[in-house]
Amino acid sequence: MDAFVAPCYTARPDNSARERSAAETATIMTDGARANSLRNGPDASGHFGDGLGGRFVAETLMPLILELDAAYKTAQADPAFHKELAFYLKDYVGRPSPLWFAKRLTDQLGGAKIYMKREELNHTGSHKLNNVMGQILLARRMGRTRIVAETGAGQHGVATATVCALFGMQCVIYMGATDVERQAPNVFRMKLLGAEVVPVTSGAGTLKDAMNEAMRDWVANVHDTYFLVGTVAGPHPYPAMVRDFQSVIGDEVKVQMEEAEGRLPDVIVAAIGGGSNAMGIFHPFLDDLSVRLIGVEAAGHGLDSGKTAASIERGTRGVLHGNRTYLLQDENGQIIEAHSISAGLDYPGVGPEHSWLHEIGRAEYVGITDDEALDAFQTCTRTEGIIPALESAHAVAHATKIAPTLSPETLLVINISGRGDKDIFTVAEHLGVKL
Amino acid sequence: MSRIARRFAALKQEGRGALIPYLEACDPDFQTSLDLLKAMPEAGADLIEIGMPFSDPSADGPIIQLAARRGLKAGATLPRLFEMVKSFREQDNDTPIILMGYLNPIEAYGIDRFCVDASAAGIDGLIIVDMPPEEAGPMQGPAKAAGLDIIRLIAPTTDDNRLKLVLNHASGFVYYVSITGITGTRSASDEDLRAALVRLRAVTDLPVAIGFGIRTPEQAASASRIAEGAVVASALLATLAKTLDAADQATPSTLPSVLTQLRELAAAVRS
Ligand SMILES: Cc1ncc(COP(=O)(O)O)c(C=O)c1O
Repeated sequence: MDAFVAPCYTARPDNSARERSAAETATIMTDGARANSLRNGPDASGHFGDGLGGRFVAETLMPLILELDAAYKTAQADPAFHKELAFYLKDYVGRPSPLWFAKRLTDQLGGAKIYMKREELNHTGSHKLNNVMGQILLARRMGRTRIVAETGAGQHGVATATVCALFGMQCVIYMGATDVERQAPNVFRMKLLGAEVVPVTSGAGTLKDAMNEAMRDWVANVHDTYFLVGTVAGPHPYPAMVRDFQSVIGDEVKVQMEEAEGRLPDVIVAAIGGGSNAMGIFHPFLDDLSVRLIGVEAAGHGLDSGKTAASIERGTRGVLHGNRTYLLQDENGQIIEAHSISAGLDYPGVGPEHSWLHEIGRAEYVGITDDEALDAFQTCTRTEGIIPALESAHAVAHATKIAPTLSPETLLVINISGRGDKDIFTVAEHLGVKL
Repeated sequence: MSRIARRFAALKQEGRGALIPYLEACDPDFQTSLDLLKAMPEAGADLIEIGMPFSDPSADGPIIQLAARRGLKAGATLPRLFEMVKSFREQDNDTPIILMGYLNPIEAYGIDRFCVDASAAGIDGLIIVDMPPEEAGPMQGPAKAAGLDIIRLIAPTTDDNRLKLVLNHASGFVYYVSITGITGTRSASDEDLRAALVRLRAVTDLPVAIGFGIRTPEQAASASRIAEGAVVASALLATLAKTLDAADQATPSTLPSVLTQLRELAAAVRS
């Protein structure tokens, strides 16, 4: 991080010789801190940095997006909303999730001290419920009765179906036909929870196509429907709102690491699909410049194989699904199908705030292949007794790569965003095992 | 005066509204879509919308999605679309051409270069589905300099405050999206359309065209009377799709079928 220069938040020089009261100084300092913080984005129109993010939707949706923005601002300013959310996060989701010292993995790799943030222990088995709980409470406040959502791995779909069951709301989940096949257990789970699961056959039948179809449903049912986006993408305010709801992950890590080690972590590693689990664990640390933030994209068959989902590393700026961000696209601006063994990472875009963190150099983005993720899946399972989701296995894989190169004093946190029970069929198939 | 303004002024003199058919570039192949484009004015098209295929048309229903997929498969790109319009302009210098599409292919081409080349090809206006006025800043200057109208969309969900904002920089005509939904699904009632037009007339003097959900000659006639124009897209594309062979290639009945339907729509609008 030595070479990292970001003029937008270097300390503002203050040469004023005039004497100030303590209160005045305090105000100036907090204003200064705010002005210089990396945690202020996006601006009022949803832009991060130079034109990333924003609201690129059809006029039919525009008034709804603005209404959502206003409703979210009101909820954010209302202590009752936070109290309600805290109640459900504790007693229903099961937060806080533990920060686990992975001693066996640490010893085996012989380098950095590895901690795991156990998001897979949340109800429904992933970080997805953090965001879904926040948004469902908002949807209720807005008087919506019908929920639509897109899902890739099915974890967001399951989380959404779960809260719809909890609050007695109608639930329609759009899922690519390819994903319906490779994530069969989650499809059944959603149906058990009372959701209607609609397979989407357009495109390659993956997350991108499910997102298109969910947007089409929303535009046709605006009067009663709430679109519950599952990651830090989509038109403003979704990227900021989902990030806020997921930031509980990083907030907890801060406290837990302070308790365990008396200081901040040095490195945080998280997998990137749309980027919500990573943004949730990164965001509280954005201003702590000593903390290295590493987002792990799915390289698929390899970054340069043409079969990849590494939107930041192999993509360019473009507009899709309501925001400007890095996308896998051809020279004519047509979106290229992504590929990853992990359905939750199989998306040709990424949240706009990650694109911004990449452009200013505050976070690093790397790629892990299908095979490396499969290896890490097994390593994590056998050394720690934790079966990670294939998505999270990408983060584990990168951590196992860099840990041996780091000193034993280095504190490295891996976000275990979900549990891998849903993936055992995919993994068995790749290992040539018949279940 | 622009081609769009001239055409609407002439139709006003004639005392009728415009029929605005839609075709997708390179659907099912370059030559068929060019032949269709060239034959449309004689069959009764007053203005023509050409769709630029996009891989992820999230505001479109299944019919336009499939047309876009066929177009992309047949090699649709912005340069190919410009080529189509250039060829059309060799025989027709009066019928306005509107390009309808999504922002990403345009940004990939480069906004400045796109506006210059689109205008040089003979395109008159742009409907960019996923570019609300809030995000139109970068396009406004180059479009204006090139003499391209940015056609604004108004939806039933657009409230009165927003109407003013949306129509602030509008030019050419206003496109009223008559339903809350995707293309090619439901239709609005005449009663709803009339009420919407009252709201629109209060804030703009521009001609208004109604689109989304207009399928039959009766619906086209009625919409072209309530407003200044009726856009027919999915109904024509559905007809085209029905004539294709198993490999999605054009057959001898492709052009005649679409043009017959267009003539029926035109007759109703003119009656
Ligand atoms: C367990 C798990 N981790 C990560 C992801 C990727 O999403 P995001 O990048 O938004 O965290 C998913 C998505 O389905 C998931 O299920």
